[in-house]
Amino acid sequence: MELLSLSNAPLLFIAAMMIKILVVFGVTMGIVAYATWVERKVIGHMQTRLGPTLTGPMGLLQPIADGIKLFFKEDIIPTEASKIPFVLAPMMILIPSLITMAVIPFGSDMQFTAGGKTYIIPLQITDLNIGILYILAMAGLGVYGITLAGWSSNSKYSLIGGIRASAQMISYELAAGLSIIAVFMLSETLSMREIVAQQSGSILDWYVWKQPLAFLLFMITGTAEINRTPFDMPEAESELVSGFCTEYSSMKYALFFMAEYANMVVIAGIIATLFLGGWSGPTPWGPVNLLGKIFGFMFFLMWIRATFPRVRYDQLMKLGWKVLLPLALANIVVTGLVVVLAQ
Amino acid sequence: MQVLFFYLVALVTVISGVIVVAAKSPVNSALALVNTFFCLAVFYVMLSAPFMAAIQIMVYAGAIMVLILFVIMLLNMGVEPFKKFTHVTWGVVAGSLVLMLTLFFISRGQPTKVVGAITRDVILKEGHTELIGKSLFVNFLLPFEITSILLLVAIIGAVILAKKEV
Repeated sequence: MELLSLSNAPLLFIAAMMIKILVVFGVTMGIVAYATWVERKVIGHMQTRLGPTLTGPMGLLQPIADGIKLFFKEDIIPTEASKIPFVLAPMMILIPSLITMAVIPFGSDMQFTAGGKTYIIPLQITDLNIGILYILAMAGLGVYGITLAGWSSNSKYSLIGGIRASAQMISYELAAGLSIIAVFMLSETLSMREIVAQQSGSILDWYVWKQPLAFLLFMITGTAEINRTPFDMPEAESELVSGFCTEYSSMKYALFFMAEYANMVVIAGIIATLFLGGWSGPTPWGPVNLLGKIFGFMFFLMWIRATFPRVRYDQLMKLGWKVLLPLALANIVVTGLVVVLAQ
Repeated sequence: MQVLFFYLVALVTVISGVIVVAAKSPVNSALALVNTFFCLAVFYVMLSAPFMAAIQIMVYAGAIMVLILFVIMLLNMGVEPFKKFTHVTWGVVAGSLVLMLTLFFISRGQPTKVVGAITRDVILKEGHTELIGKSLFVNFLLPFEITSILLLVAIIGAVILAKKEV
C-alpha cells in the first residue's frame, strides 16, 4: 500500500488526476449552471412569484436556454476599450475561482489495485501543505479581473464599479485572512486534508464550535469577497447600470456570471472544509456530505439576497476596517492565549 | 522533464520581463509584471519552497501590483509618446552592469551552490514552512519585531498624510 504518485505509477497517476480534475470541474460547472435556476426559483418563491416555469418542466431547461441565447449574441468590444485587458478580464475572474477547487478534499482515500500493487488515491486533486495560503493567494488574484474589466471598458460606470470592487476586495481580504489564522492556530497545519481529518470525530469536533467568531467573520468577509448581496456594491444596478460588466456582451458577459456562481461554490466549499468538517460526517458518504454543506451555504447566500438591501459604500468600508478587522485580531489574540494556557 | 519545464517557465519569464519594459501602455506592462511574478512563484515551487511561492503571489501579485494598477488607472496615463535617448542609455548601462555581475558569478563556478546548514534534504525532512517559522520567531525575533514597528510607523504616517487632505 503506497500513495499513488508520479514516481511509482506515472500512467495510472496521470489517468487518476485527469479523472479527478474532470469530475471536479464538471460538477462545479453543473452546480454553476443550475445555481442560476435555483436562485431565480428560490428568490421568486420568497417574493411570492414563481420564477422560471416555461422552458421544460418547472423551468429546468432555463440555464441551457440562457446559455444558448448568450452564445449566439453578438460579441461587442467597444471601440474606445483597451482590447487586450478587455478580453483577458473575464477569464481572469473565472480561472482563479475554478483552480481554488483543487485543494478542497471531497472524500476519504480510495484504494486501487493494479499490477499486484495496491495504491492509495486521495479524493482531492492535490494536497498542498500550504492549502489555506493557496486559497488566499488565489482569492487575491480575483481582484485583477474585476479591476481590469472596469478600467478597460472605458466607461465611467464600469470604472467606478471596478474601483469599488478592488477597494472592497483588498479591505475584506485582510479580515478574511486574519479570521482563518485563528483556525490554523488550533489545527497547527495548513493542509486542508489534515484540517478535515482533525474534525472527523463527531459533529462536536467541527471548528465552528471552537471558533464561532472566526466562522461568523469568515462568512461575512467571504460574502463581501465574492461581491454578493448585501455587499454587491461593484454592480449596484440602481446607481451603476451594472458596474464593471456594463460594457460586456455575449459569452464574456456570461463568464462574469459563471465566475460569480463559481465563487459561491468555492467559498461554500472552503467554509464547509474549514469550519463544518468538510466531507467527514454526518453521513458516511464523503462527496454527499460536502455537496450537502455547499448547497446549504449557497441557499443561505440566496436567502440573504432575497432578504437584505445593499449596504451603503461608506458603511461597507467602515464595517470592514473598524469592526471586522479588529474583531479578527482580537480573536487571534484570545485564541493564542488559550492555546498557550492549554499547553 | 523537470529541466524541460524549467526552460519553458524561464522562457515565459524572460518574455514577460521584456514586455514589462517594452509595452507601450503602462497597464499592459503591469500585467506582464504580474505574469513575471507568477513565473517566479513557479520557480519557488520547483525549489520545494511552496510557502515562498504562496507569499510571492499573495503579497506581490495579489496586493502590491493591484495597488500599482490602481494608481496607473486613476492617473489615467496614456500611451508613452516616445522614449528619451538618455533613458535608453542609462538602461543599457544598468543592464550591462547586471550582466557583468552575473558573468562574474558564473565564471567563479557553482552559481547554484548551497551555502549554510539548510540544504534540500533538511527542507524535505523538516518542512519548508516550519523552518521559516522557527528562524523567524526564534533566531530573528528582534529584527522581525523591529520590522513590524517600522511598518506600523509607515501605516500611521500614511493615515496622517491622508487626513490632511480632507
